[in-house]
Amino acid sequence: MNAYHRPESLKDALALIADNPLTLAAGCTDLFPATEFQELPGAVLDLTGIAGLRGITTGTDGWRIGATTTWSDVIAADLPAAFDMLKQAAAEVGSVQIQNAGTIAGNLCNASPAADGVPPLLALDAEVELSSINGQRRVPLDAFLTGVRRTALQSGEIVSAILVPGKAGHGRSGFAKLGARKYLVISIAMVAVRLIEEHGNVSEIALSVGACGAVATRLTDLESRLTGQSVAGLAEKIDKKYLAETLTPISDLRGDAAYRITAATELLRRTVTDLADQCGGLSA
Amino acid sequence: MKDLPSSQMRVNGQTVNVSAVAGRRLSDVLRDELGLKGTKVGCDAGDCGACTVLLNGAPVCSCLTPVAQAIDAEIATVEGLSGDALGNLQRAFLRHGAAQCGICTPGMLIAATALLEQTLTPSRHEVETALGGVLCRCTGYHKIVEAILDVGGETTAVNPSAGKAVGTRVERLDGLSKLDGSEVFGADYVPVDTLLVRAIRSPHFAAKFTIGNVASWLAMLPGQVRVFTAADIPGDNRFSVITAFIDQPALADGHVRMMGEAVALIAGNPSLIEAIDLADFPITWQPETELLDTNAALDGDATQLHTDRVGNILIAGKVKTGAPEKAIQTAVHTAKMSMETGYVEHAYIEPEAGVAWMEGDVLVIQACTQAPVMDRDDTARVLGLSQDKLRIIPSAAGGGFGSKLDLSVQPLIGLVALKTGRPARMVYTRRESMATTTKRHPAKMTAQIGADAEGRVTGMVFDGDFNTGAYSSWGPTVAVRVPVHASGPYKTPNYDASARAVHTNGPVSGAFRGFGVPQAAILQETLYDDLANMAGIDRLKFRQINALENGDFTVCGQQLFGVGIRECLDGLQVAWNTALLDAQDFNAENTTLKRGVGIASCWYGCGNTSLPNPSTIRVGFTAKGHLRLHQGATDIGQGANTVIAQICADALGLPVSDFELIGPDTFLTPDCGKTSASRQTYVTGTAALLAGAELRRKILSLGNMGPDAIITLKDGVLHISDGQALRDIVLADMTPDDRGYALSAQESYDPPTEPLDENGQGRPYAVYGYGAQIAEVEVDTALGTVKTRRVTAAQDLGRTINPLLAEGQIEGGIAQGLGLALMEEFVPGRTENLHDYLIPTVGDMPQVDSILIEIADSEGPFGAKGLGEHVLIPTAPAILNAIHHATGARITQLPALPHRVLAAIKKGATND
Ligand SMILES: Cc1cc2nc3c(=O)[nH]c(=O)nc-3n(C[C@H](O)[C@H](O)[C@H](O)COP(=O)(O)OP(=O)(O)OC[C@H]3O[C@@H](n4cnc5c(N)ncnc54)[C@H](O)[C@@H]3O)c2cc1C
Ligand code: FES
Ligand code: FES
Repeated sequence: MNAYHRPESLKDALALIADNPLTLAAGCTDLFPATEFQELPGAVLDLTGIAGLRGITTGTDGWRIGATTTWSDVIAADLPAAFDMLKQAAAEVGSVQIQNAGTIAGNLCNASPAADGVPPLLALDAEVELSSINGQRRVPLDAFLTGVRRTALQSGEIVSAILVPGKAGHGRSGFAKLGARKYLVISIAMVAVRLIEEHGNVSEIALSVGACGAVATRLTDLESRLTGQSVAGLAEKIDKKYLAETLTPISDLRGDAAYRITAATELLRRTVTDLADQCGGLSA
Repeated sequence: MKDLPSSQMRVNGQTVNVSAVAGRRLSDVLRDELGLKGTKVGCDAGDCGACTVLLNGAPVCSCLTPVAQAIDAEIATVEGLSGDALGNLQRAFLRHGAAQCGICTPGMLIAATALLEQTLTPSRHEVETALGGVLCRCTGYHKIVEAILDVGGETTAVNPSAGKAVGTRVERLDGLSKLDGSEVFGADYVPVDTLLVRAIRSPHFAAKFTIGNVASWLAMLPGQVRVFTAADIPGDNRFSVITAFIDQPALADGHVRMMGEAVALIAGNPSLIEAIDLADFPITWQPETELLDTNAALDGDATQLHTDRVGNILIAGKVKTGAPEKAIQTAVHTAKMSMETGYVEHAYIEPEAGVAWMEGDVLVIQACTQAPVMDRDDTARVLGLSQDKLRIIPSAAGGGFGSKLDLSVQPLIGLVALKTGRPARMVYTRRESMATTTKRHPAKMTAQIGADAEGRVTGMVFDGDFNTGAYSSWGPTVAVRVPVHASGPYKTPNYDASARAVHTNGPVSGAFRGFGVPQAAILQETLYDDLANMAGIDRLKFRQINALENGDFTVCGQQLFGVGIRECLDGLQVAWNTALLDAQDFNAENTTLKRGVGIASCWYGCGNTSLPNPSTIRVGFTAKGHLRLHQGATDIGQGANTVIAQICADALGLPVSDFELIGPDTFLTPDCGKTSASRQTYVTGTAALLAGAELRRKILSLGNMGPDAIITLKDGVLHISDGQALRDIVLADMTPDDRGYALSAQESYDPPTEPLDENGQGRPYAVYGYGAQIAEVEVDTALGTVKTRRVTAAQDLGRTINPLLAEGQIEGGIAQGLGLALMEEFVPGRTENLHDYLIPTVGDMPQVDSILIEIADSEGPFGAKGLGEHVLIPTAPAILNAIHHATGARITQLPALPHRVLAAIKKGATND
């Protein structure tokens, strides 16, 4: 029989994982579907007993989203409009059942190209806080995700939080996901956009696209090109050619690569237009 | 619990101790350790939601919850929802017909309970979001949503008086157990000391294999395990639903023809067996080149899958009349097209499961099935038993839709129980279920139709290859049914249709609601739209011009009466006009979103094609005054238990509430055949009508009363009155008859059909049902996504026995038709789960408006016709025609996934 640990403090958890190769478990919404057995395989370190790892707090330097914060927690949290895209993504993760159990760190650590949490967190300039008995380190999210099902997590480490810097908490934001059905669906493509407008112009914009490559991507070149432009008519400046050159989607049962580029372009345009409308961009 | 400080949790308000290991799925602990089998398991992966429970008030998938996370928590399951009586939510489900097979019901009830905790007056959208994580394959969700919205409504059930049952919205007679969690499905009955059985299956589409050193493998295991192979099979190791084509081994013998084919069984104590990694089983595979496509299989050089089936053709069907080529040549308008459809999975929420045990020298098998007597005959042959030594007790079936007509676990658990003398059970995993059971036939079809200047169809040719997979199953039925039906319910004087069932190394294609007819209808109805457009005739009008009428002859030369297609089409006229105007108005204002309207029809013969398929019904009074209906037609959710009882009740003249249902059970109920071919309401219903009438005749003659006398049953006494005289029959005083009843009757009915000749001419079915549907869609022309907004369905049922259940069939059929059109595509080896294989969720359903048309058929009971398969046929072509109307895009490969729709839109734009 396999060992199963469910410590109540991060300190205990870090001590356990320092000495043993353990499978970290949170909501288990990725772990359990990966096995047909009735029991989680291997020795398990369950993080959900650690009260301090769950919940969202605000500090002087920004927001701290505890590793085991569930999607439902995110939806219910009191957060500024810059987080709307994260909440919208949360509400589209699987179903209510999945949102009640699945956690934000689990989503990142599972490192699926279609992880819905990644584009909004990228657009929030999120960093991943990694803890081990030797201390803590912070890694920008785009450096944390290194490939399909691959991350920079090292043995002995636990993701303890996702950190969003204070300056990223500005502006309006939106998320859009395309799937072949309404609920319980894996994204064919999804986008997240955060927009800060000043006097009718873009003072800052963050654009990210998921399910169009091994990991979700920020479109930094495009962001720089759009900065300073008028928010009216912004959508037309998002060109498909640039996306086609920047992204590397695969063709699979859910859609071919060319389609994914078309869809991502269209989703970005629509999301940007929605945000511009909210800014009063069309009337400006 | 080991590893954790506490081992207690509170389940439905009771504190319980749990001994399972901490990392075990909560669903398994609830079901296995605590015996709370109301929580269902459909996938073990979060995809179906059947296992939903409340964890501290929040709905979660118990299959994804390690029991450690439930320690010291409050858990609520379906068993906690009712006390002595059903709660209001459960009553609402029953009243609205929200449970069909019932396998999703516990999950639905729990998900709804969480919502109703927050608000007792939720909006429709809130209900949909709350139910988004629970899949239902039967109902099309509408009745479930309506039940939840009406949770505070009326609580008393409809209870029609004697003679008034037919035509009323009687609640399911077997509904209670589907709502309180007590229904026993295939995985729910586990006798003590039961062995768990698992199958070793082929990872290759085609391969030779040799089993290695089993003894040394067994020696390494920490307990006693037994292995069974083809060599252990005592009988003829071949089965199939059609005896003439038996070809599928229960356990393959040295050679597999499909992926997932079982080659060996292991059996032993459950905890030992479930932990075994089947990949360690000693076996050597020699993979062979596989044939997966019908074109490849038909190639002259292709390897033959079965020695006696030349060119890999299992069977070809043909119907020919008149001179179609000439008619098409001289036609004013002609349309021609090729169409391809893929494998479609039944995706019932209950994976195959069952248990077998010995009672003396009788082997008993209790498993989910649609065809108990066929199971008995097939399994008995494989196991070398005489039919009286095998008893089949169908468990409740959590959906079937055709696939549970074929054997699955039966010969496997039967073999183990027979060989060991111990009960043996098997529960397919979701992957096993999807990889190894039958599918809808993929089709490659080409057709051409011609019409004259007035829009009258003059001729049609149709040719289709249907990929029947590795073994025969229902391939012959598909090959025969398709040519008979490919004309649609339309006058087609000159006609030539051929269909071949072609073997490949793909999954076995079998029966799935419609036996190939839905595929053919997609092509024919698409061509009808093209012809109507060419002729400049309104598309509904075009169909009205061509609709079969009373006295017309079918392509098989059969003269038809009781034809309702014209009335169905006429019944749609108002909805059609409104929908066209709505689309026009919307499209004038919108550039990216475009609306379109499509229409399609169906017809479908009920019962076996030109072959006998009798049903027998027994009904009787016991000495103590119980009225028992031996109902052998398996109710897989469609409602046979209720409908057959309603028919029998009115024939007998007693209220439905007087009846007790017996069976199905091959030792207790006479053969009612299989639940397929939309035959139960018609065929078994007629047997029930005859049996009820015969019993009534006996009673009246005993009482010496005229045919209009009123019978009542009270406290073991039959009271008969004709307004003047009053007579009593004390049942306890009667000498029991040879069936053990004080008074009983048994009647059979077999549809009168005639064989088809070499040109398919004859009388294949005695009764046909008809229907037509309008689909209204909105297409996002930039993304290629399609939202079906509304389906209006006019279905001719002959006589509606139960409107509540009929609507449920229509809504559920439309959901499956929508899936076929827009999202469902099974790719062998790749989509063997419910997150890669997508079926519609509650959020994908259109509004459904049902129009029930009653054009009586003189053969059917009270005029009734079949409905179950008919309803699915028009939906997909109506949706595809609507997409074309909205965008000009012609989809020729299904499903119409967003990328295909977008490509077709672009192609349409360049063509125009
Ligand atoms: C039916 C269904 C639908 C789904 N739909 C979606 C969807 O629409 N969009 C989407 O993005 N995802 C979806 N998912 C995937 C999943 O729900 C999410 O990725 C979820 O956020 C995972 O979180 P978890 O806590 O359940 O992870 P777990 O399964 O507990 O863990 C996932 C992985 O992360 C590791 N891990 C977890 N926590 C930590 C930590 N703190 N530190 C280090 N490693 C850790 C685990 O070891 C494991 O490898 C779906 C899953 C299911 C079953
Ligand atoms: S069994 Fe848990 S979601 Fe399907
Ligand atoms: S009633 Fe929902 S799956 Fe059968």
